[in-house]
Amino acid sequence: MLRLIGKRLVGALPSVIGVLIVTFLLTRALPGDPAAFFAGPAATPQAIEEVRRALGLDKTLPEQFVVYLKDLARGDLGNSIATGQPVLTEIRTRLPASLELTLYGLLVSVLIAVPLGVLAATRPGSWIDHLCRVMTTAGVSLPAFFTGLLLVYVLYYRLGWAPAPLGRLDIFYSAPPHVTGLYTIDALLAGDGATFRAACAQLLLPVTALAIFTLAPLARMTRAAMLEVLGSDFIRTARASGLPKGKIVYAYAFRNAMLPVVTTLGMVFSFLLGANVLVEKVFSWPGIGTFAIEALISSDYAPIQGFVLTMALLYVALNLAIDILYIVIDPRVGFES
Amino acid sequence: MSAVPVLSVDSLSVEFRTRSGIVKALENVSFAVNKGEMVAIVGESGSGKSVTAFTVMGILDAAGRVTRGTATFGGLDLLQAPEAALRDIRGREMSMIFQNPRVALNPIRRVGDQIADVLLQHGNVTRREAPKRAIEMLQKVRIPDPERRARAYPFELSGGMCQRIMIAIALACSPKMLIADEPTTGLDVTTQAAIMDLIAELGKDQGMATLLITHDLGMAAEYCDHIVVMHAGHIVEAAPTAELFAHPRHPYTAKLIAATPKPTVSLMDLAAIPGNLPDLRAAEIAPCRYSARCERKQTRCDQALPQVLGDVKNSVVACWNPL
Repeated sequence: MLRLIGKRLVGALPSVIGVLIVTFLLTRALPGDPAAFFAGPAATPQAIEEVRRALGLDKTLPEQFVVYLKDLARGDLGNSIATGQPVLTEIRTRLPASLELTLYGLLVSVLIAVPLGVLAATRPGSWIDHLCRVMTTAGVSLPAFFTGLLLVYVLYYRLGWAPAPLGRLDIFYSAPPHVTGLYTIDALLAGDGATFRAACAQLLLPVTALAIFTLAPLARMTRAAMLEVLGSDFIRTARASGLPKGKIVYAYAFRNAMLPVVTTLGMVFSFLLGANVLVEKVFSWPGIGTFAIEALISSDYAPIQGFVLTMALLYVALNLAIDILYIVIDPRVGFES
Repeated sequence: MSAVPVLSVDSLSVEFRTRSGIVKALENVSFAVNKGEMVAIVGESGSGKSVTAFTVMGILDAAGRVTRGTATFGGLDLLQAPEAALRDIRGREMSMIFQNPRVALNPIRRVGDQIADVLLQHGNVTRREAPKRAIEMLQKVRIPDPERRARAYPFELSGGMCQRIMIAIALACSPKMLIADEPTTGLDVTTQAAIMDLIAELGKDQGMATLLITHDLGMAAEYCDHIVVMHAGHIVEAAPTAELFAHPRHPYTAKLIAATPKPTVSLMDLAAIPGNLPDLRAAEIAPCRYSARCERKQTRCDQALPQVLGDVKNSVVACWNPL
């Protein structure tokens, strides 16, 4: 098992190197001149040249790449030109914000979608099957930012049940001491119930919006996988052996149906991490998506490279986690290699 | 033979609702299996052999519907019994083994656990005893090194080994009746013989009634006391094995026997049966579903099918113009 994990990690190295090169080249290929952008509209050509030299952009591409790699080796992702902050610090505070949103969104989504899919598959044509179909259709047709806006309008503006959609914590609370960066967990670790509740309240609406969106593919995949497994020969054997329905559905069918569900879960997760920018915007969430978009608009090279690199490493970790889940679920995995 | 058969199927008719209409998969199927006896249902693919078995086990596809008949097992009509009662019978008093054993076992559960599941469900064993009993069952179906094999997954075992596991699951609770649905399909010839010998031997030991479903007439002849020949959802002939081979009375049976390879006959001389099974979706199916393929067809073959009792006890042929 450990050897397998090591193998996968080594196997991920080339893709990380590839990501380094491609992002470096792509950011350089972006339209717009960062030197001109940061020198301001009133700058003289001479001033722009000065800015360019200060940013190190007057060097050739290979030279710039070597500088980039050297900095990276020291754990320096460079500074954001826009904020002046080191990119690493920015990512360290913003990534947990995005992760917290995504993880809770997925958790809620899984807790609803998987039982829904299982029930729909075991009772085809019943009301719960129709409910599943309606929810998956609604989920894919409503973009998360739209559901988010709707939730804000109804639950905050109209009913006043939810707190203002302004970031991770109400202004009356201060952030809990940094341990994991996830406010809910840090607050619990600090034994601060009030902050925990406040963080949960802020999470409620964006997490709901994300959950509704991700529910669709998960519920649909669970239902389809369960239906397929329930129709397979070994389920017939289990029925012919007189095993009770509960045992057949959970011990026999569900574990077999988990594999495609886990695959979908991984895809949805990686998709969400980068794609929930709009939800972050709606809820003024200080996440990594917003950060990357702002950097992209201003051709701020260092944050973009830092963002893409972080994402690439996250995806590698995610795929590894999914591979390990496969090994845990399916004894056949790992023997082919 | 004991007076009351273990399983007695009477006038069973089954339909399937499909997109292209209703398929009359079984019509008026009747047969019985006695204690300690092995009965074969033979016929080509699509003749309704497996549907018969699935109906009796109560594991018919949701699209299938029993329209007529009874299946009496231990004084209980299986076709009317509530699901809870059937679940208690399945695996404990009446078991089934399937074709393609490698896919008929749960791919991600250790085979020992799969045997233990059935034991725990029916067999009055404690959670602690179950694994030990599972290993005993593996020993009984002659799997070498049973302690180690109990921890294996189906993909780590050969097809023949998987079928032995299936037999261990089926026989774990010493059932009165075993239905074997093409148990040797997908296995190589030497393994086939070993598996059939095992089924026959364990069946004899336990005084079990066995229903063997096969398209292999040679295998049926070798192992079974009684043979039921099916064609397109009808039983065309049923007789004791020796009688059926000595004096086949239905033209289809005669053709089947002629189409079975024998050491003395070269493959070139094997007779193929002309034509195909009739389309069972048609609204009007000829009373004799073999008539379109039959060389002995007469005008009266358009009348309702007769059930002619044979000269020998327990034999019957459904033909107006038997051999």
